[in-house]
This record gives sequence, C-alpha cells and structure tokens, in this order.
Amino acid sequence: MSASLEMPVSKHAEDSMHPIYLDYSATTPVDPRVAAKMIPYLTEDFGNPASRSHPYGWTAEKAVENAREEVAKLVGADPREIVWTSGATESNNLAIKGAANFYSGKGKHIITVATEHKAVIDPVRELERQGFEATFLEPEPNGLVDLEKFKAAIRPDTVLASVMLVNNEIGVIQDITAIGNICRENGVIFHVDAAQATGKVHIDLDKLPVDLMSFCAHKTYGPKGIGALYVRRKPRIRIEAQMHGGGHERGMRSGTLATHQIVGMGEAFRIAREEMDLENARIRRLSDKLLHGLETMEEVYVNGDLEHRVPHNLNISFNYVEGESLIMAVKGIAVSSGSACTSASLEPSYVLRALGRSDELAHSSIRFSIGRFTTEDDVDYTIELMKSKIDKLRELSPLWEMFKDGIDLSKVQWAAH
Amino acid sequence: MAYSDKVLDHYENPRNVGTLDKNDPNVGTGMVGAPACGDVMKLMIKVNDSGIIEDAKFKTYGCGSAIASSSLVTEWLKGRTIDEAYAIKNSEIAEELALPPVKIHCSVLAEDAIKAAVADIKAKQAAKETA
Ligand SMILES: Cc1ncc(COP(=O)(O)O)c(C=O)c1O
Ligand code: FES
Repeated sequence: MSASLEMPVSKHAEDSMHPIYLDYSATTPVDPRVAAKMIPYLTEDFGNPASRSHPYGWTAEKAVENAREEVAKLVGADPREIVWTSGATESNNLAIKGAANFYSGKGKHIITVATEHKAVIDPVRELERQGFEATFLEPEPNGLVDLEKFKAAIRPDTVLASVMLVNNEIGVIQDITAIGNICRENGVIFHVDAAQATGKVHIDLDKLPVDLMSFCAHKTYGPKGIGALYVRRKPRIRIEAQMHGGGHERGMRSGTLATHQIVGMGEAFRIAREEMDLENARIRRLSDKLLHGLETMEEVYVNGDLEHRVPHNLNISFNYVEGESLIMAVKGIAVSSGSACTSASLEPSYVLRALGRSDELAHSSIRFSIGRFTTEDDVDYTIELMKSKIDKLRELSPLWEMFKDGIDLSKVQWAAH
Repeated sequence: MAYSDKVLDHYENPRNVGTLDKNDPNVGTGMVGAPACGDVMKLMIKVNDSGIIEDAKFKTYGCGSAIASSSLVTEWLKGRTIDEAYAIKNSEIAEELALPPVKIHCSVLAEDAIKAAVADIKAKQAAKETA
C-alpha cells in the first residue's frame, strides 16, 4: 500500500511511457504528502461538510475550514475571502462574469490582455456577446504589459480589468501592484488569474491592490478539479453567482464541497508556503543550467522577459525547426509546444504571436517547465537530447539551409497553400 | 497524437535527404508551403534525357507527417517518368502512411512539391528548346 505514496523517482528516459516530466506548467503530480492527507476523507471521514446534525459533517467541515485557512495564509488573505471552486477556469468565470454582471450599471467595458489564458479570454468574449465591450491589450515584445498603454485603455465606463500574475506559456510575471494601483485610481475592479503563481511568487493580498484572484491546486502539487476564488472583503467586492443551488459558500458558489479535494489543496498550499523559498532557489539553479546548456546552440531564443519571470518556465524557440516534429523527436522528455491547451491544433501559439514573434519562431517553440521532482540528471539528459535532435532536424530543414546560405527568409515569396 | 509505424520509420530514418545542384539543367526544384503555415517542403528531382527521374532529394520543415510524406515520395519518384510523377495523388501518400484526417494537408503538400518540381524541369526543358 505505502509503495504508492513514495516520492516519485525520475523515470528512465528510455521508458517511452514515462519520459522525463518537464511539463509542470500543464499540471503537477500530487505531492505524496498531499495524497496521504486526502485519502481518509474519501473513506472514513467522508461526511458532507454541510451536514450540521452529526460528527461526520462536523469533521468534514473542520477539515474544509482548516484548508481554507491554509489557502488564505499562502496568499495573505482572510479565510472568509476564499470561495471554493472546481479550478481556475471556474474561478475566472465566476470572477469575470460575476463582477461584470453585478457592476454592469457602472459601465460595460472590460480590459484584459491578449496573452491571458483562454479561461480569461473566453469569458470576456462571452460578455462581449452579452453586450459588453472589451479591449485586449497587446503586451510588449517581452510579454509584459506597458503601464502607460494600460492607463490609456481605461475609459469612463470601464468596470473590470483582468491581468494574470504568471503567464502559463512564457512564465513572465506582470506588475500587478502597479496595474492594481491604476485600477484603484480609476475605480476599476481588478481580477488576477494566479493559477500559475502559487508557490512560485510571494503573494500578499493584504497589501496588493487586487479585488479578485483565481487559484487552482493542480499546478502546485495538489489535485485537479479544485480551486478557489479570492473575493475581497475590505472594500467589499460583490459578484453574481454563476452556479445556483444550495447556497454554499455564502451563496457565491453552490454545490456540495469536495472535502478530499479541498483538504488536498490546503495541504498543497501549506507545503508551498513552508518550502517555496528553498524550492525556488533549487529550481532557479536547474533552470539556469538548462538555459546555458541550450544556449550553446545557434539561433536559440527565449520567449518572454528573462528577468520578470519564474524560473520554473523556459519557453524557447529553436529557429528553423518546427515544434511538432521536434516534440516527436524528443520522446524522452514530456514537454509541450506552445501551451498544452493549444498543441492539439495546428495553429502557432497565440501567445507567441502576440509578442510579435516571427512565424518561424512561433512555430519553433518548446515550453520546458520544471518543478519539485526535476533532478539535475534530468536537466543534463535534456540538454544532450535537444542538441542532438536539433542538429538532426536542422539537417532536414530547408529554412536552416537558406539561413546558412544567407537568404533573408522574410523576403522570400512563399507559395502559401 | 499517435503516428503510424510507417510515419515513424520515415521520420526516424528519412530517405534521400539533401539537395541537388539547382543550376543543373536536368534538375527541377519544387518549394512549397510557407513558414507562416508551419511547413516548407523542398523537393529536387534529376531527370535524364529519356525523361526518367534518376535521383530525388528533399528537405522539409514541418511536422513528422510532412517529413514522412516527402521522404516517401523521393522513394516513389526514382525510376518514374516525369508524367508518372505528375500523376501521383496525395491520397496515395496519405493511404500509404495511414495519415489521420488532420494530417491530410501534409500529403497535399508533398503532391504540390512534386508538381512544382515537374513544372520547373519542364520550364527548363522548354527554355533549352527555344534557345
Ligand atoms: C493561467 C491559467 N489559468 C487558468 C487555468 C485553468 O485552470 P484549471 O485547469 O484549474 O481550470 C490554467 C491551467 O491550464 C492556467 O495556466
Ligand atoms: S505540415 Fe502542417 S501539420 Fe503536417
């Protein structure tokens, strides 16, 4: 039994079903300590936290409230400001639609950024269909939002702005303090998608000028299918519920609470709070090593600002090599081309396009994301693997040949099909 | 995405990678696709005086199916006449490689590359005759 709770070891790279996992931005494994804590709430302490009439309910409720405290503590919030949801997608929907609809009397304009996750872009698009207007700000080539451009986008009827803290594809960290202050000055409600940020950057909502913030557990070594929305109490922010029913979570999100998932998120966030400084120092060393190793090759470009960035993410374009064929070549590692959500389609990443990357570079990107269980051996193996496969694919690439012949690809007349 | 064994074989051991002398009057070049679409295929054929393709080489920037499609057609082209080459259909390529529907356009690209290379050699021959 206990075998399944041991620390996952780095799997043998030649084991094609278990390549080295370098896709922590897509999701993380559940930390064995988290899994251990969750299990009793499935089998023994399985009560409904809303049951007031017996100890099963009381035990579950206590566990839920402990977890709420842990989540609040990691992000400097009051536990009463935390609303459980099914994940960051739901938190974003609840925050964006909930606030826009509640405050629509004040105006119907929303500001967000072209590089947001689809779980922000699509709720905003839905509001557009319902009569709102939206501005999708283009970021600077380094992925960051220009504060002056943000300011200029604010209109008298702007009610809501949504800007993510850490980008899922390129790992850049937006200056949410400065953006939030601009929102405050203009009476605009400010939502932040922090799904990729917990355990990676310090968050102190007590001080941050943020009204609504989305979280999920599964990017921080907790289980999938559980998340939370922070809803500020002072000054109080109101949202319209999107899920109606038994009136759970003070009416903001009905539905029986998933005790075991919530316990898992609480434990995952507790571990993050206690270990993040040490862990992030280690990850930075690995990330630096990986970057230096890859940069010994020609025509390698990092996408997104290198300074305002979490070390967990390295999004790199290997010029003149197409991303999908590259992923096929590097079966020994599990990485994604663009984001996990877009690699199923043949379009180049909309995030990289928004940075103004050329077509070749946008089509040639790989996102390496490293985390708690990544080892130095994994990084060494990855560097060697990438070098040999990039060489091989460049031998195959007519674009590489043209580049080597000194041809300017942007001047070529392509026979687009 | 799962790839067929034949795609994997061509992808891992691509046949006839390389370039021929594009200034050789007996060499036709077809370059199709665009970086914007994520695929560029360059196919070169060398044709002898009886109109038979003696050699074929390719280079492809694109997904595994595009690489496999171009590798496969270089094998098919050798020994065929340019008219036979021109008649090769993308559906034959897709069928041979068991391409899934989303990858059909990779085989279309290979067919287009053949047609472009044949057109190039025909233009060269026509220029020779009028000269
Ligand atoms: C920035 C960001 N927001 C939202 C989501 C969606 O989160 P969830 O899978 O918990 O719904 C993700 C994960 O893919 C993400 O990276
Ligand atoms: S060449 Fe476009 S997906 Fe194959």
